[in-house]
This record gives sequence, structure tokens and C-alpha cells, in this order.
Amino acid sequence: MKQLMKGNEAIAEAAVRGGCRAFFGYPITPQNEIPEYLSWRLYEVGGCFVQAESEVAAINMVYGAAGAGARAMTSSSSPGISLKQEGISYICCSRLPCVIVNMVRGGPGLGGIQPAQSDYFQATKGGGHGDYHMIVYGPNSVQECVDIMYDAFDVSEKYRVPVMILGDGMLGQIMEPVELPEFKDLSKLPRKAWATYGDNKGKDRQIINSLLIEPDVLERHNHLLFDTYKEIADNETMCEEYLCSDAEIVLTAYGTVARIAKSAVDILRSRGIKVGLLRPITLYPFPEKAFIKVAEQDCVKEFVCIELSMGQMIEDVKISTQMKKPVKFYGRVGGNVMTPEDIVKFVTEEDK
Amino acid sequence: MENKIIIAGFGGQGVQSLGMFIAYASIHDGKEVTFLPSYGPEMRGGTSNCSVVVSDKPVASPIISAPDILIAMNKPSLTKFESRVKPGGYIIVNSSLIETKVKRTDVKVYYVDANDLALKAGNAKTANIVVLGAYTKISGVFTPEVMKAVIEKKFAKKPKVIPANFAAFDLGYDLE
Repeated sequence: MKQLMKGNEAIAEAAVRGGCRAFFGYPITPQNEIPEYLSWRLYEVGGCFVQAESEVAAINMVYGAAGAGARAMTSSSSPGISLKQEGISYICCSRLPCVIVNMVRGGPGLGGIQPAQSDYFQATKGGGHGDYHMIVYGPNSVQECVDIMYDAFDVSEKYRVPVMILGDGMLGQIMEPVELPEFKDLSKLPRKAWATYGDNKGKDRQIINSLLIEPDVLERHNHLLFDTYKEIADNETMCEEYLCSDAEIVLTAYGTVARIAKSAVDILRSRGIKVGLLRPITLYPFPEKAFIKVAEQDCVKEFVCIELSMGQMIEDVKISTQMKKPVKFYGRVGGNVMTPEDIVKFVTEEDK
Repeated sequence: MENKIIIAGFGGQGVQSLGMFIAYASIHDGKEVTFLPSYGPEMRGGTSNCSVVVSDKPVASPIISAPDILIAMNKPSLTKFESRVKPGGYIIVNSSLIETKVKRTDVKVYYVDANDLALKAGNAKTANIVVLGAYTKISGVFTPEVMKAVIEKKFAKKPKVIPANFAAFDLGYDLE
């Protein structure tokens, strides 16, 4: 039987079932249920939970634990994620797998505590210094949070690239029915050839490092990272198409906003207006192929990008559709959330 | 079937748990549901509200433009949400705390003396369960048996309070 779970708690439980055995974090609304839940849950499965003295400490603990081969994660919200960026850049350069959850709140600055999507650029374009990316997912329901979190360590370890789950306050606080998967058998996981397990006595030293002082060495490393990102784009890109095949207007949104947009599509369809929805599930890699395919359909007249920001994902929408059709923007910010009717109104009034 | 409910009142009136009872009943009944609490910097005595969507199909938007049912536990909540109720929808008014009448004529209004009925049921804290009874009757989405099974399950650790909650539920359910 399905059970009713809050987004944050479901992510925490899915992390444990997916193999997370180490969590390091520092409290911040609206994601506090994740560390709260893991503070008791990880001990039940022989894991480790540390409330660090700061976000900077927490991400560096993730760096250390991931380097030692553990399935380690952290979670935070916007200002806290900003503080973690230096560590994330080091982790990405050192090619260590880990999971980072960002339940976004309105910004900039300390901002508010209500839902927002204003960290899209930070999440998908790097966030810290240097040329790098993470694999970024934008789940839209508690069940999708569970499914993505459950496999996140597998994906992250496969490519040695951190995974970021980008939610918002709404997704963290909402309660929905979920089906939880079985525990992963960690004893079947392969030994990580690169990890500093501390049992390598007499053999070659394992070195995890992000200082590559020789220009040629660093250049090769940059290319290696980007070859990996290309492979990830080929294998891991995810997108949902809803009623796009005959659509004249294509709404595009991610996360919880995509659900509000989906209700708007249903209302507009019931009024005879041909509207569809294109929802990126991976935000990096961005589902470019799905977007250009829909943009090239003759029936499609325009895109409407809907976000809880001043317009961030819209840039990726414009790039991937190669501007073959106009892209309009509708957004709310500051922690305010649009209703389905607001979207309907925008779409119908803009079209007059 | 899709039933969109906004429940609002003071923090401490059991607004969130009222919404959660409806959500748990949905799971119990094999229905789809979203329960979205307002989670601003709330405190006891501040305003509190939640949105619940119950459906046969997966719920798209958890954000409600126009609720089918508004449950207003105090005056500010009625003032805030009255205009948003769908024409032909329902408003359940906690008349123990709200003296004014609903101005709209295109909705059905039920005045429930929830706080007094809760006292009658033997526990002042059950005002929200009185309203849950009224909601169950008015919406017709759940049988009273399902709701009572959920009440029993949720208070399993405090069996002493179950009779008063059942009594409160019945008082709400049996209102005309």
C-alpha cells in the first residue's frame, strides 16, 4: 500500500534505501525535514549523520567521505548552497560522486523561505568557479523525488559526477502518496578503484586532488570532464512531453511549476485551445533534442516558458529551440506561486 | 471525481491535521491526493492554511485557483478566501468564531458551531473533527466509516481520545 509522505522525508528515506550512509548538513528552511529525518534514520542502518558547524564544513565533509568511497550527501536551500559552492567545485574537479539536494527558496540574499526556482543558473551552469557541471534533476512530485533519489548514487558513481536534486519549498513540504522501493544491496556494489579506502598498504597510493598546476595536465582534465558530460547527455537526458503532437502553443516548465502548467493545459484544451507541455526532468543535461523536435513541428506557433524566477531556464529553451519559434515568458517571484488560472489568463490574453 | 479543498484558520485550530485526515482517508480509499501546507513563518495564533486535492486520477496542480469547498475556521480566513470559491461550491463556516454571514449567493453555505459542538462531544480540541464530519457529509467523497477508521488509526497511541473524536465527528456529520 502507498503511504503519505512529505517530499523532504520521502527524499531522505529514498536516499537511505538507495545506499546513502553518510549525511553532513547545516539547518535551513525549507529543507530541515531531510536532516531531521536522517539524524535518526541513518543510525538505524549503521550510517553516519553530522550536523556540521557550517555549510562550508558540511560540503567538505561530503568531499572527504565521498573520497573514502562512502555514499555521502548533503542538503540545503539557496543561501546554504551558495556557501557550499567552493566545495562543490573541488568535488567536481576531483571527480567524486555524491548527492546534493537544493530545496530552493526565494532570493537573492537571505531572501524568503517560500518556493522559488531562482537557482536554475547556479545549479545548471556550474555554480562555483571553473568549467564544470553537475547532473541536475528537477522532479515534480514526491514519487519522482523518491525515484530519482533512489538511483542518484548509481548515476553519480557511474560517471563520477555529483548529482544535484533541484526542488523548491513546495516540493519539500507537500504530502503525497508514495511507493517506496526495496533497499539496495550495497554488498553487491563494485569496489571503487579510485577511492581512498585506507586499506591499500603496500600498493600504489591513491591520490584525490583538485590542484592541477601544469597547464597541459589541467587542460586534459578539463577535456576529460567535458567528454563525460557529453556521455551523460547521450545516456541520461530525461523529458516529459504532454499533448505536444498537435499543439500550437507549447508551455514549458520544470518541477512543481510543471504540474501547475499541466492543469493549465487541461483547462485550455477543454476550451478548444491546442496547448501542450514540455517538461525537462534533467535540467543538466538539458533535453535539447526533445525541444528542437517540438520546435520544428509546423503546428507549433510559440513557446511559453513558465518559471518561479525572472527568467532563467528560458535561455536554455531559446538555445535548444534555436529560436525557430518565439519564446514568451511568464514568471512569479519572491515566493509567490502562480495558479493554473493565472497561466490560462496569460496564454489567452497574450494571444489576443 | 476531483475535490479541491482549502482549509484555513488560526495556528492551533487543527487546520493542518484536518487536511491531513482527508489526505490519509484518500490513501485509505486508494485515491490520489496532494496535501500542501502553507509553511510561512507560522506560529500558534498566526494564520494557517492548507490545500488538499483529492482525485481518482493523479493530481496535476497542488495549487488551487478555485476550491470546490472552503473550510473557514476563523473570520480572517473567510475574508481572505470567500471570493475564490467556485460558483456552486460550498463554504463551511465555523460559526462559533465567525459572526458574519457569507455575502455570496452563488455558493452553498453551512454554518457549523464547531467549538460548542466540540465541548458537547467532551473535548474542546475536537472542533476540527466536528468540521471533518460536516465535510464528509457535504462532499460525499468519503464514507463516514473510512473517516472513522482513519481517526482510529491516527489516535492509536492515544485511545482515550477516540470516543470524543468519534462523538465530534458524528455531531458534525449529523448536522442538517
